[in-house]
Amino acid sequence: MDMNYKPNPEYLVEVNNLKMYFPVKTGFFGTTPLKAADGVSFAIRPGETLGLVGESGCGKTTVGRALIRLYKPTDGDIFFEGKRVDDKSIGGLRKDMQMVFQDPYSSLNPRMTVEDIIGEPLDVHKMYTSRADRRDQILSLMEMVGLNAEHATRYAHEFSGGQRQRIGIARALATKPKFIVCDEAVSALDVSIQAQVINMFEDLQRQLGVAYLFIAHDLLVVHHISHRIAVMYLGKLVETADSDELNANPVHPYTQSLLSAVPLPDPRTAKSSKRIILEGDVPSPLKMPSGCPFRTRCRFATEQCAKEMPQLTDRGNGHMVACWNK
Amino acid sequence: MDKTYDIDQMPKKNPLSMQIDLSKFEKATDEEKKQADVMSESTSFFKDGMRKLRKNPLAMFSIVVLVLIILMITIVPVVVPYSYSDIITINGKRDKSATNMAPFQYSKLEQQYIDEGGKVFPHIMGTDELGRDYFVRVAYGTRISLLVGVFASVIVLIIGVLYGSIAGYFGGKVDLIMMRIVDVIYSLPDLLMIILLSVVLNEVLKFDGQGILARLGTNMISLFIVFGLLYWVGMARLVRGQILTIKQNEYVLAAQVSGAKSSRIIRRHILPNCISVIIISAALQIPSAIFTESFLSFISLGVKAPMPSLGSLASAARSGITTYTYKLIFPALMIGLITLAFNLLGDGLRDAFDPKLRR
Ligand SMILES: Nc1ncnc2c1ncn2[C@@H]1O[C@H](COP(=O)(O)OP(=O)(O)O)[C@@H](O)[C@H]1O
Ligand code: SF4
Ligand SMILES: [Mg+2]
Repeated sequence: MDMNYKPNPEYLVEVNNLKMYFPVKTGFFGTTPLKAADGVSFAIRPGETLGLVGESGCGKTTVGRALIRLYKPTDGDIFFEGKRVDDKSIGGLRKDMQMVFQDPYSSLNPRMTVEDIIGEPLDVHKMYTSRADRRDQILSLMEMVGLNAEHATRYAHEFSGGQRQRIGIARALATKPKFIVCDEAVSALDVSIQAQVINMFEDLQRQLGVAYLFIAHDLLVVHHISHRIAVMYLGKLVETADSDELNANPVHPYTQSLLSAVPLPDPRTAKSSKRIILEGDVPSPLKMPSGCPFRTRCRFATEQCAKEMPQLTDRGNGHMVACWNK
Repeated sequence: MDKTYDIDQMPKKNPLSMQIDLSKFEKATDEEKKQADVMSESTSFFKDGMRKLRKNPLAMFSIVVLVLIILMITIVPVVVPYSYSDIITINGKRDKSATNMAPFQYSKLEQQYIDEGGKVFPHIMGTDELGRDYFVRVAYGTRISLLVGVFASVIVLIIGVLYGSIAGYFGGKVDLIMMRIVDVIYSLPDLLMIILLSVVLNEVLKFDGQGILARLGTNMISLFIVFGLLYWVGMARLVRGQILTIKQNEYVLAAQVSGAKSSRIIRRHILPNCISVIIISAALQIPSAIFTESFLSFISLGVKAPMPSLGSLASAARSGITTYTYKLIFPALMIGLITLAFNLLGDGLRDAFDPKLRR
């Protein structure tokens, strides 16, 4: 932890050098730290969306959960509105930071009605004056996410995946947070429903001015909703840039391969753009390659890549890339 | 929006085309749209479970059997004018001839008394070798056996749930140490332990006087202690496993993100999602305790005479098995009925309420 780190007051959320190591049993006695997030830094302005993309297992969920302190980070500084987030301050910040989960099935308690699920944050923070007030708040939340108010007394298992995700979003909105971590909030949904839910996220942002950390493994989904995008690989950020800039001008070899994997709507452009097929698998986070984490799969790898770890450097206009040869 | 669906604007169908003729379609009215939106009747988990249970004939049959048995053991000792411990008396005189009678048979003295105009309550299941009414003894024995079963299962429930939920909720090193202790206890041969403990406790514990404890005898008390010491481990493992899985669910994380404290999370999220499994397994514990008690009584480590239990009745009936077969049949039938009913009911409850079997 860097006690002298000065957060920038412009940012709503600021993460500096976040490290999250999980002790993993290897062999009979020893444990090895699994570096799920290793030196991640980024910042989000009020009302802004930062997209976080990367293959599954690269540590996106870990970053999101450490950020709202579901995990206690191994190292690093997290600031919310310039205030350091730690065990002491988190209690007072719970109202302002919320999360929407990936799995629409396991994220809602099967023994609770929709009303009680959405009302739980209100109950915890005692945010109502009377039962009627509580109900009014819940109904207006349901309306906000496009749920039928008549269904307030129903149980979650009676709803479809998309509707369940809306219930989860209403729950996250209940305390009027300024920041929501959306961890693959649309990945489990059908493509047509994905679009509806993403549009709803955008509408809610326009109405409420809430900021998102929008996690997904699909660059296309993230491009649509994000102002800025951070690309993650094996626990590290490899490139961050404005959303359009990143799509038009990807610099890091990993980002390029991610973008080339996105199906293009127009067959003519699709033909002319060469797809970069990544060879090999993602290395195990327990056996991290030396130097650049991407070098085992990189076409441009040189000797230097194996020796030294590239740091994020600014390539102009806030386009940050961690690569020696690009 | 509506314009696009205007029938007049639809392209005319080419008669040779295999395409669907769009003009044959009508726009859904608002009412029809609403119909598609209506969901089935809302059911709570409990209501849904009860409905499933009511549809299960075996479970319903078991409930009926159990209710009948419970009615019997509460009503019989009140209605039948004999006591489980005293020899039958006629006109204040002990009836020495009323031993080992068949069902509905009267002794000489009783017959005489009836002929003189007196009334004698029939011996529905006959009498035993000391001249005690067997029906009352079987009813009392059932009472004791059920009591033992329920009591043992409550002990197991309390200890197992407390121990298992502490291990499961706190996890880590606490869990590791607590579960190794469980493993050790689990690996002990339980019947051998019960027999050894009963023998030892018999020497250590001595109850005098007239209290229920003294009447049950030290054997029963040691049986409860043994249940408390040994049989909770299965329950503890079950509860811990349940809590570990439930803790993984994202709704628990969501509650944490909302700022809910541990007590609220346990109360609102963890307990309601594992309570049915716990209760089902406690219900299944009852017949196993009854069976153990019967077994111990059978090898004369059970309740203290003259208090009967189903096991001790069966054991006593062994000597005259060829001549007085009915004396073995009645308690054995009772044990069989009770264990079968509880097992079937437990299975029915599991089918109806176990969340893993639904969706
Ligand atoms: N609680 C945990 N204990 C040990 N390892 C974990 C834990 N959570 C995640 N990991 C590991 O950390 C890595 C990153 O996981 P995660 O953050 O879930 O990735 P993503 O969300 O990008 O798919 C994975 O290798 C995963 O196995
Ligand atoms: S640093 Fe080297 S290995 Fe890493 S991405 Fe750049 S070129 Fe490839
Ligand atoms: Mg994830």
